[in-house]
Amino acid sequence: MSHEITEALARFLIGGTIVSFFAVLAEMFRPKSFAGLFGAAPSIALATLAITIRERGKSYAAIETHFMIYGGIAFCCYAIAACWILRRYQPGALKAALALLPIWFSVSFALWSVAR
Amino acid sequence: MVIHARFAAIKGIKPHEWLIRFVAGGAVCVIAGLIANAYGPQLGGLFLAFPAIFPAGASLVEAHEKQHKARIGRDGTKRGRQIAALDAFGAAMGCGGLIAFGLVFWLWSPHTSAALVLLLATLVWLTVAVGLWLLRKPLFHKPRHVSQRPRRRR
Repeated sequence: MSHEITEALARFLIGGTIVSFFAVLAEMFRPKSFAGLFGAAPSIALATLAITIRERGKSYAAIETHFMIYGGIAFCCYAIAACWILRRYQPGALKAALALLPIWFSVSFALWSVAR
Repeated sequence: MVIHARFAAIKGIKPHEWLIRFVAGGAVCVIAGLIANAYGPQLGGLFLAFPAIFPAGASLVEAHEKQHKARIGRDGTKRGRQIAALDAFGAAMGCGGLIAFGLVFWLWSPHTSAALVLLLATLVWLTVAVGLWLLRKPLFHKPRHVSQRPRRRR
């Protein structure tokens, strides 16, 4: 139990640090379309894969990254939808980004159910 | 369009904005780990590409643009949302790099060391993402149609 808590804590701290690092890069760079590249950086993958490899080995991590590809396709659909909605209807950015999250869930789960 | 980095922009990030990003990133990493433990690496793997900081990032981009316009006495609501749309366009191109990262790690991890494959996948992510951004105009921008109507004689 304590091992699981330690692992979760390590994931939280490493994940938070790496995500914040990429967020800083996104804040620094101009033009904004270039800075947006860092919004889709593999920050969560970088944070968790090192721990996963140490705990469960490379083959387990390889399966995770195989399915990460489907998550990436879903993220692309989500970001295209967010871009279109923000340009076309100009709602609040947070409202649009949260309201469109079901696109990520539906596309990624659809691809997962086909590929598993 | 020239890419430039403004280090002064880091000073403009408020403590609560740091906190939102840190907590969002950390929480998604923990959730991805818990899902992988409970349901296996296939479902957990999807969450390695979850848009964890995109909602917070897009709203902060909008807020910063609004503040910037408010300083010169203008309403930056519309401009802020246009900038957030540009941020989303960049994220969509960055997804190409994210997919390439997963592909490289998946295909090459059985053949080389973990540290080397992580480094290689990160370099491929950067190359593909920046490459797509540089090619955005020929790839995504529609050419403007020249009007076929004859010019009116003066």
